[in-house]
Formats: sequence, structure tokens, C-alpha cells
Amino acid sequence: MQTTTNRPVKVQVDHLTKRFGDLLVLDDISFQIRKGEFVCVVGPTGCGKTTFLNLLTKLIEPTSGKLLIDGEPADPRRHNLAFVFQEPSCYPWKTVEENIRFGLELKKKSREETETKTEEMLRLLGMERFRKAYPNELSVSSTQRIIIGRAFAMEPDLLLMDEPYAQMDLKLRFYLEDEVLRLWREIGTTVVFITHNVEEAVYLSEKILILSNKPATIKETITNNLPYPRDIASEEFISLRRRVTEQIKWW
Amino acid sequence: MDEHKIILKLRGISKTFENKKGEKHEVVREISLTVFENEFVVFLGPGHCGKSVIINMIEGLLTPTSGEIELKGEPIHGSDPRIGMVFQTTALMPWKTVMENTELGLKFAGVPKSERRAAARKYLDLVGLKGFEKAYPGQLSGGMKQRVGIARAYAYNPEILLMDEPFGALDAQTRYAMEEELIRIWQQQKRTVVFVTNNIEEAVFLSDRIVLFSECPARIKTIYQNPLPRPRDPISPEFMEFRQMVSAQTDLSL
Repeated sequence: MQTTTNRPVKVQVDHLTKRFGDLLVLDDISFQIRKGEFVCVVGPTGCGKTTFLNLLTKLIEPTSGKLLIDGEPADPRRHNLAFVFQEPSCYPWKTVEENIRFGLELKKKSREETETKTEEMLRLLGMERFRKAYPNELSVSSTQRIIIGRAFAMEPDLLLMDEPYAQMDLKLRFYLEDEVLRLWREIGTTVVFITHNVEEAVYLSEKILILSNKPATIKETITNNLPYPRDIASEEFISLRRRVTEQIKWW
Repeated sequence: MDEHKIILKLRGISKTFENKKGEKHEVVREISLTVFENEFVVFLGPGHCGKSVIINMIEGLLTPTSGEIELKGEPIHGSDPRIGMVFQTTALMPWKTVMENTELGLKFAGVPKSERRAAARKYLDLVGLKGFEKAYPGQLSGGMKQRVGIARAYAYNPEILLMDEPFGALDAQTRYAMEEELIRIWQQQKRTVVFVTNNIEEAVFLSDRIVLFSECPARIKTIYQNPLPRPRDPISPEFMEFRQMVSAQTDLSL
């Protein structure tokens, strides 16, 4: 894999600021994400992470500042921005296979490409056997895996994930984290992953953005060079986890 | 914890539900367990394994199909005032203030107003809600609502507190904060606590003992004596080692 620094810049955020009336929520945020980078965003509860995400997905407009993808102003009509929510959002009337295919069809990919990518994703998820199943026949974690598979299959310019594993227990979370790393490595997607869980951020990320309390600014950007696969019990891992926890701890 | 004083005993309790067609669904199978006075016991098990059914049987909201529950050596039937409950969904009355919600159990028990107000005030202070007595549940955050639930259960002055995943709906950070709070409250006002969760980290942080349940029908898989001294540090190697040990015994359900 290329090191982070020699990959081209994919996302450029300049002086992003958001006010709702008198309330300043995001205060002058600037950072870069390189192509194929896995970035985790952590911050104290209520610091403005959702507003931050909504700006990145262009669901809301900033008060001032710019968001550029490949050097151009981000535009959902031109750029492919994918989003995974905390609550799984499968279409209940579609099968596993149809759910994965849906994103590709929406983007009007050729039949052949849709076919190939859907098959590839079913294989990567190990869900070929369940291709005809409906979401209500599967567990919540499996439906979340389908959503994540669907998002990766679209090969988006930017994939935003908002605490997709928040409700999962420990063992399941580790399994899913390994899976998301495998998908990311195979497909090379640029990922922004929001989490409350510092252990998760240190396990997954190449870079960690630490947000301050509201109004949110970037308190620190940490490059995470620990080699994959990571050992959560290693001294380096623990010391990084402590360092990040100290920065956001309010409890 | 007093090792020798037994407060609660489950003797081979089982629960099978039956639907209208007569089909049977076994949820709890042959649970036998002893809980000691002032002990913090955590029931840990995967989602939908039957943990809540066990705790509802202890509370008296459900009756075991077979087996018996003893409180201080005597079998109990139905709900008992010596057992209090903190619910996952908080179960606060939205039209009542924080103070009125906290007094509720005592009011139903016919405790005079001045007396119940004093008890409620004491525990609202303890859970850190001084100044919010007149607020309504809708004006509070998720963590604060759970604090009211805890104060209400304490105000009733039960000998055993049952807590059914009280922090399940909170984000990871608020959950850490509430776990630390709960231990602080418990250490100041010792009670026997039976706490249900599916979160291994939470079980390791809170418990004196962890009772690990299998998938449905719930059976006891293992009981762990928690070796970690208090106060506990969730990032310490000892913590992670014990967490790993418990985690290895749980089932991965995709």
C-alpha cells in the first residue's frame, strides 16, 4: 500500500463554518483527506458531529467555507457520496441481492458492471447463500453489513459512516471492523468514519480527527501509523488510545 | 460484599410461553443461582436470550413455569416492595416533574408527602440532579432520564435493585459516564444490584460477579468472579485481558 503522504488529495475542506441563527456549531474547520484514506472522526457527545457529517454529504449548506472533491466544489449530482447510518436502512421489500444492486442501478451503471460488482460484493461479504433472503429474515447486524456492502459496491468518491457499529456487542464489533477494513483494502474507497468509541477509531484509522466541544473545531489531527492488523493489547495501541481519550474525555 | 449473607436465591426456575395455538416456546431453563447481600451481579448474555424474562420473574411481573424464588429464605410470589426496578426505557411519566416522578413509588405506597419529598430530594442530590427537580422528562437528556430512574428506584428504599439494560440506549461516552456514576452511587449507598446487559465491557467494568447466559433458552454458561480491583481503568491491560476472557466464552451471532 502507498503511504498516506504520496497519495493525491481527494477531499479538501477549507474554513468550514456553520451557524444556526446565533448558535455557532462548527468553527473554521480545515483539513485534507487523501485518496483511499481511512479517516476516523471522534469528539465529545454533542460536539456537532452530525452537523459536520451533514455538511460533508451536502445535506445542508455551510455558512461559510468550501468543500472540494478532486479540486471541484462538491456536488451530489456530479460526485458519488455514499452514506451509512447508525440504524440499518435496508429496503425491506428487496432481497439481499437486490439491496446491493440498488445503488449501482440508481447510478445507471451498465447491466454487466452491475452484475459483476453485485456478485463480487456478495462474495466479499460471504453472503452468496443468503442472496434471495429478505432483510427481516436476517439479524440486524447482517442487514447493516448489506448496507455497508451496498455503499462500497458503488465505489463512491467519499464514503461516510456514522457510527455503524454503535449498537453491536464486542465480539461482533471486532468481526465487523475486520470486515470493513477488508472491503476498504480491496476496493480502495476514501472513508470518513464517525465514532464515539476511541478503541474503534484507533483500530481502524490511518488518521484521526479529534473535534473539540461545541463550537467544534479540529483540536488535533493524529496520523495513525500502527501496522495492520492491529493488536489492541499492544503497548503502542494502548498509549494511542489513552492519548485520544484524554483529548475528548468529559465524563 | 458480605460473602456469607444470602439475600436472593433462584431454585431451578424455568419459563415457557405458550401461544393461542398451544405452541410452546421455552425461554429460560433451570436457572439456579445465589446472590449475596450488597453484591453487584451482572447478568450478561446475547440479545433475546431471556435475560429480561429472568429479571421480570424476580421482580414478580412474570411467574416461573417451574422453580422458586426466595428472598431472605422465604419464597416470594408476585411483586415485593423489597425489590425495585430501573427500566431500559426509563418509564418516566412525561406529565410529571422530575421530583414527582422520583416520589411516584412512595406515593403509591401511601408514604406522606413530606416524608417522600425528603427521600426523593436525597437521592436526586445523590444522582447529581439538584436544580432539576421542577424539570419535565422531555427537557432532559437520555443520561439524565436514567438518573431519575435510578433515584426513583433508590427512593423506594428496596433491598435489591434490578436494572434491565438501563444504559442500552446511550452513546458510548455517556454510557462510560453513567457507569462511573452508578458505581459511585452504589459505593455510597450499598444495595444488592442485579444488572442486565449484553455489553461485555459494561459487565467487566461494573460487576463483582458476572453470570454469563447462553442463547435462548437461557441457561447459565459460566459464572466469573471479577478479579479487578476498584476503581477500574477500562484501558488497562488487566481490564482487557479479563474482557477478552469473557468475550471468548460468548457466542458470535452474525
